[in-house]
Amino acid sequence: MLSVEFLLNAITLGSLCALLALGLVIVYGILKLVNFAYGELIMITGYTLYLLNASFQLPWLVMALIGVLIAMFTSYSTELVAFRPVRTKSLSAMLITSFAVSTLLQNAALLLISPRARAVPLPKLFSASLTVMGIAIPWRNILTVVTSLVLLIGLTLLLKKTILGIALRAAADNFRMTRLMGVPADLVISTAFVISGLMAGIVGLFWVGRTASVTPTIGGAPLLIAFVATVIGGMNSLLGAVVGGYIYGLIFSFLGVMLPQTLLDYREAFMFLIVILILLIRPEGLIRGAGTGERVG
Amino acid sequence: MLTVENLQVAYGAILALKGVSLEVKEGELVALIGVNGAGKSTLLLTIAGVLRPVSGKITFGGDSLVGKSPEEIVRRGISLVPEGREIFSSLTVEENLRMGAFVRKNQAEYQQDLEKVFALFPILKQRLHQLGGTLSGGEQQQLAIARALMSHPALLMLDEPSLGLAPALVDQIFDLITRLHQQGTTILLVEQNVDRTLQIADRVYLLQTGKVKFGGTAAEVRHQGEVEKVYLGGVE
Ligand SMILES: Nc1ncnc2c1ncn2[C@@H]1O[C@H](COP(=O)(O)OP(=O)(O)O)[C@@H](O)[C@H]1O
Ligand SMILES: [Mg+2]
Repeated sequence: MLSVEFLLNAITLGSLCALLALGLVIVYGILKLVNFAYGELIMITGYTLYLLNASFQLPWLVMALIGVLIAMFTSYSTELVAFRPVRTKSLSAMLITSFAVSTLLQNAALLLISPRARAVPLPKLFSASLTVMGIAIPWRNILTVVTSLVLLIGLTLLLKKTILGIALRAAADNFRMTRLMGVPADLVISTAFVISGLMAGIVGLFWVGRTASVTPTIGGAPLLIAFVATVIGGMNSLLGAVVGGYIYGLIFSFLGVMLPQTLLDYREAFMFLIVILILLIRPEGLIRGAGTGERVG
Repeated sequence: MLTVENLQVAYGAILALKGVSLEVKEGELVALIGVNGAGKSTLLLTIAGVLRPVSGKITFGGDSLVGKSPEEIVRRGISLVPEGREIFSSLTVEENLRMGAFVRKNQAEYQQDLEKVFALFPILKQRLHQLGGTLSGGEQQQLAIARALMSHPALLMLDEPSLGLAPALVDQIFDLITRLHQQGTTILLVEQNVDRTLQIADRVYLLQTGKVKFGGTAAEVRHQGEVEKVYLGGVE
C-alpha cells in the first residue's frame, strides 16, 4: 500500500500545499492578516489561461507565464487599492476587506465570464508519463515537485541572501523595528504580496491542471488547504508553512489509501480531526516562529 | 541640532507629554531622566516618528520632523535603540547588523563599518552567525547599539540601555556610551541609573509626569536637589 506511487503522489500534493501555505504565511507573518482573497489568485491564473487560449495562439509556456504574472499583479494591486487604506485601522477591518476582495473577484468572474466551468489549456506533457523501472510517473507530478523545489530554493536564497529578503524576515519578526531601520513599510508589504501572488500563480497552473478547467469558486479549496497547512506548521514561521504543507499532503494521501471506500467521502472530516489532534498537542503548530505577534499599525 | 518645542503626545485621550521642550546640540550627550511613566520613552518614540504628536514642533538640522515616517527620520540621521532592545531574534547577528546598515547608500563601506563595530563590541564578532534570540541580555544590548551605529546616525537615542543588566555589564555600557560621546557622537540618553548618568552627561533634563521639571548641567541638577525631590519624594 505504501508504494512508490503513493509516496510520489503524497510528495506531489505536499509540494503544492507547501507553496500554497508559503504564499499565505508570507503576508500573514507581516500583517497578521489571513488573506481570504488568496484563493482567487488561483482563479485568476485559471481564467487568464482560458481567455488567452480562447483569443490567441500562444505556446502554453507563454500563457502560463502571463497567468502567473497576472496573479502577482493582482495580488500587488489588491494590497495597493484595498488593504493599504485600512492597514492602520484594525485587524478586523483588514479581514473584512479581504472577504470583500474575495467576493468581488468571484462575482466578477461569475458575471463577466460564466458560473459554469471553463476549459483551460494544458501542455501535452501534463497527460504523459515517464516509466522508470516499470513504474509510470506522470510528468505533471514530476513537474510539480521540481517546480516547487526550484521555487523553495529560490525563495530561500532571496530571503537569506538579499537585503530585501532579510528585511522581509525582519518585518515578520518586528515590523516597527524594521521601519526604525529605515526600511519603507510599503516596500516590504508590497514585496510580500507579490511573492504571495507568485506562489498562488504557480500553484494555480497545476491546480487547474487537475481538472483542466476553472470555475469562479475554484479558489475555496486551496485557500482552506493553505490555511490548515499553516496552522499545522505554525503561523509564525515560513519553514513551518513548508513543513505543514508537506505534512498535509502526506496525511491527505495517506487517508486516501487507508480509509475504506465507504468513508472516502469523509476524507476532509478525518483530515480536520487529525489537525485538531495535532493542535491539541502543539497549539502553536509544529514550528514555533519568532514573530512578536504584534500587528502593523 | 534637535529642538523639541512644546510637544504634546497622547495615547487615546490621555496626554503622556504635556508640552515638552528640549534641545540637543551637536556633539552633546544629553540625558533624560525621570521615574517610570514620566514619558521618556514616549518622547523618544515621537522623535523617531513612531508616535504622532498632538501638537508641538520637532526640528532636526532645521527641518521639521513632525508627520514624517520612521523610515524617513532614520534616513535623516536619527537612530533609536528602543527600550527592551528589540533586536530581531530570528535573524543572525550579522543580519541584524545588515538591517542596521539598510539606509547606508555606500554599501561598499559595510565591511569597514563592521570592523569598527567589532572593535567596540568584540563579542559580536564571535556571535556573528548566531541567532539574535540566543544572545544573553548584555550581548543583545550591545547588538542593539551596534545595529543603530551601522546607520552612521548623526543623533543616537538610547532608551534605558542598562535596564536589566548585571552590574558589570552596566559599567560596560556606560563606558561604551562615554567612548561614543568622546568620539563625537551626539547622544540623547534615557536612563534610570541617575548617578552614573549625571557623571557622564553634559546636560540633563528631568521629566516628571509629561513635563520637563528641570533642565541644566549635571552639576546644577545635583546642586538644586531636584533629583532627590522627584526620586525620593515619592512623586508619581
Ligand atoms: N502604548 C501605550 N498605551 C497607553 N498608554 C501608554 C502607552 N505607553 C505608555 N503609556 C503611558 O504613557 C505614560 C508615559 O509612558 P512612557 O513614555 O513609557 O514612560 P517612561 O518611558 O518614562 O517610563 C505612562 O503613563 C504610560 O502608562
Ligand atoms: Mg520607558
